[in-house]
Amino acid sequence: MSITEYFNLLFTDYTLRTITLGTAVLGAICGMLGSFAVLRKQSLLGDAISHAALPGIALAFLITGTKDTNVLLLGALVSGLIGTFWIRGMVTKTHLKTDTALGLILSLFFGFGMLLLTFIQKQPNANQAGLDKYLFGQAATLVEKDVMVMVTVTGICLCILLLFWKEFKILLFDEDYTKTLGFNTRFIDILITFFIVLAIVLGLQTVGVVLMSAMLLAPAAAARQWTNKLSVMIFLAAIFGAFSGVFGTAISASQNNLSTGPVIVLVAAVFVIVSFIFSPGRGILFKQLRLRKNRRDLQLKKTLQFMHGIAVTHENIAHPHAIKILNNFQGFTKKTLQQLEERNWITLTGQQWSLTQEGFHEAENLYNQQTK
Amino acid sequence: MTAPQIEIQLIAAVVAIACAIPGVFLVLRKMALISDAISHSILPGVVIGFFLTHDLNSPWLILLAAVTGVITVVLVEAIQKTGLVKEDTAIGLVFPALFSIGVILIAKNANDVHLDVDAVLLGELAFAPFDRLIMSGLDLGPKSLWVMGCVLLITLTLLILFFKELKVSTFDAGLSSALGISPVIMHYGLMSISSVTVVGAFDAVGAILVVALMIAPAATAYLITSNLKKLLVLSILFGVFSALAGYWMAHLLDASISGSMTTVLGVVFLLVYLFAPRKGLIAVMYRQRQQRTEVSLLTFLLHLNNHQEENERHINHLNEHINWQKVRSKTVVDLALKNNMILIDNNVVSLTEKGKEFTELALEYIITNKDENIEPMKEDFFLFRG
Repeated sequence: MSITEYFNLLFTDYTLRTITLGTAVLGAICGMLGSFAVLRKQSLLGDAISHAALPGIALAFLITGTKDTNVLLLGALVSGLIGTFWIRGMVTKTHLKTDTALGLILSLFFGFGMLLLTFIQKQPNANQAGLDKYLFGQAATLVEKDVMVMVTVTGICLCILLLFWKEFKILLFDEDYTKTLGFNTRFIDILITFFIVLAIVLGLQTVGVVLMSAMLLAPAAAARQWTNKLSVMIFLAAIFGAFSGVFGTAISASQNNLSTGPVIVLVAAVFVIVSFIFSPGRGILFKQLRLRKNRRDLQLKKTLQFMHGIAVTHENIAHPHAIKILNNFQGFTKKTLQQLEERNWITLTGQQWSLTQEGFHEAENLYNQQTK
Repeated sequence: MTAPQIEIQLIAAVVAIACAIPGVFLVLRKMALISDAISHSILPGVVIGFFLTHDLNSPWLILLAAVTGVITVVLVEAIQKTGLVKEDTAIGLVFPALFSIGVILIAKNANDVHLDVDAVLLGELAFAPFDRLIMSGLDLGPKSLWVMGCVLLITLTLLILFFKELKVSTFDAGLSSALGISPVIMHYGLMSISSVTVVGAFDAVGAILVVALMIAPAATAYLITSNLKKLLVLSILFGVFSALAGYWMAHLLDASISGSMTTVLGVVFLLVYLFAPRKGLIAVMYRQRQQRTEVSLLTFLLHLNNHQEENERHINHLNEHINWQKVRSKTVVDLALKNNMILIDNNVVSLTEKGKEFTELALEYIITNKDENIEPMKEDFFLFRG
């Protein structure tokens, strides 16, 4: 199936529509909540939580014996939350640092989950296959019910987000100030963390345990480059996330043997790279261009300053000088002289230059201007 | 025990030691998550190396994959340097992308590659003894034992040679560059060793569990001691113990060896986390409670010292005035009585001579901003602690 075929089928085929809708909604909610994770410098928390969710899935299956997605995800939610609060406990109560705590929870929970999964596989129970889809995600297993759950959760998240918008925003940018204003920072903090965990758990079925963190981070990191406003950033991140979901699904559906998770992550990574390079305000490309322009400008003004130094010793500032006497000064070329002339700061006649009134003025005020 | 069983345990122990050594330094340098990043992002290196060599234990593959690991570190630092995102976001962006590339490479070439994603995540220690190193017809033992043995030997040699340099650059980067030891070289050296170790261990324990073997023993040991040498020895001990115990647990449950090794590591960590003598959770909470009571006691004594009038010193008044809950005020009053700091006469509390002395000394320290002297002073005055 080619990609164009995919988009044609999108409007007629029920399964495809469900899957695409699911990944789009997932991308949107992850982008939305991921913005908070990125801004709160909790980027890797997502990685730890998604890995920590694995034993929950396995345990939920062991206890209930069903493979109902909602039950398994509930287990994932519980174990993800346990992991999160253990990380917090470790950081506040012992001298272990955040990175160690994250790495510990991530690897220990995941190892335990793997132990349970292999243990389940050896059980004499025909029902156990398919749990390992949670490792890398299989969007193809999404059914309408799952998408409904996602939409509902996204709706609730949006409502809470709008309801506590002011509190979330102020907590993000100035926690101490929030405390002095009398807000219950602990509660808001836990609320945000809870929603991040929720988003991760929702994504496990589609993107999988291993790559879920990128789903959370990449759209938000891309959106951050385009704006300095929180609301715009969240909105953009949601859009980027949704598009990565749709394109990722499209590409993985059009090829054989391709898990959805890694493809979605790579599409999101492309968004990030493009944003890093091409965003007008912070992007590398425009930053480089601005840097070059500023450097050239500085070079030009340095030459002018040097000329001013010479001209000021003469009564008539327009007194012509040979270009040769600039030779001691390294910062000039033919081209910069021409540029200076273009700006009407000097006049060139043959091998001689002379400062214009305007140029003299400019050079004189060079330092004053900067302090203004 | 059969010969393969002994060999598996030997491999597990060697892997555990080889991981624990760089792990200690990663934890101390607050770079524990770099090991996570490396362990994921070497995947494309491993896959490409496998296409070229068709042997998971080939030294070339290990080298190639280790280079991918170092590239990850460089990439993370480059992204961080642009200032577009914070360090943790940079890590979180780079390794899933590289890992995805690896997974897709495996998926697209699933037919000609004997390498599946489960093996990548989990490794399969149980099969390690079957892949043997045979030189001129002589069976020299499992290949992965040789690989990890070499890695361990290199790590140990470098550790012994550069112990001093590693130590100073870990704890004080400024001092180390002033002494002429480049922290940058130490950093990249450590990163290279970590990459090589991760790749070598990859085959045996898998991508994510190698992280557990690096971080968990070091973190566990760090809760017990702050001495670098003891830290190294203890984490090696924890690592080896978990590796061996994990093997037998897997044997019992008939489950993944690396999974149960991690689980044992987790249990060991949990026990130490709860019960470590000074830095464990219970010790910390106990100390915090003690401190809280003693601070309350001091407040109480200062209050008594300030007031001569009887109604301020009435025992029922304390609840209202200092707004303590009943239980807390009872603990504090009991503690004060036990330490002979107060006398209760007709429900009116007054300071004893000793109480007065203690309070005045404490007050002086507080006024002159020498609060830290109060702690040793408690040793002199208190018969019972809070």
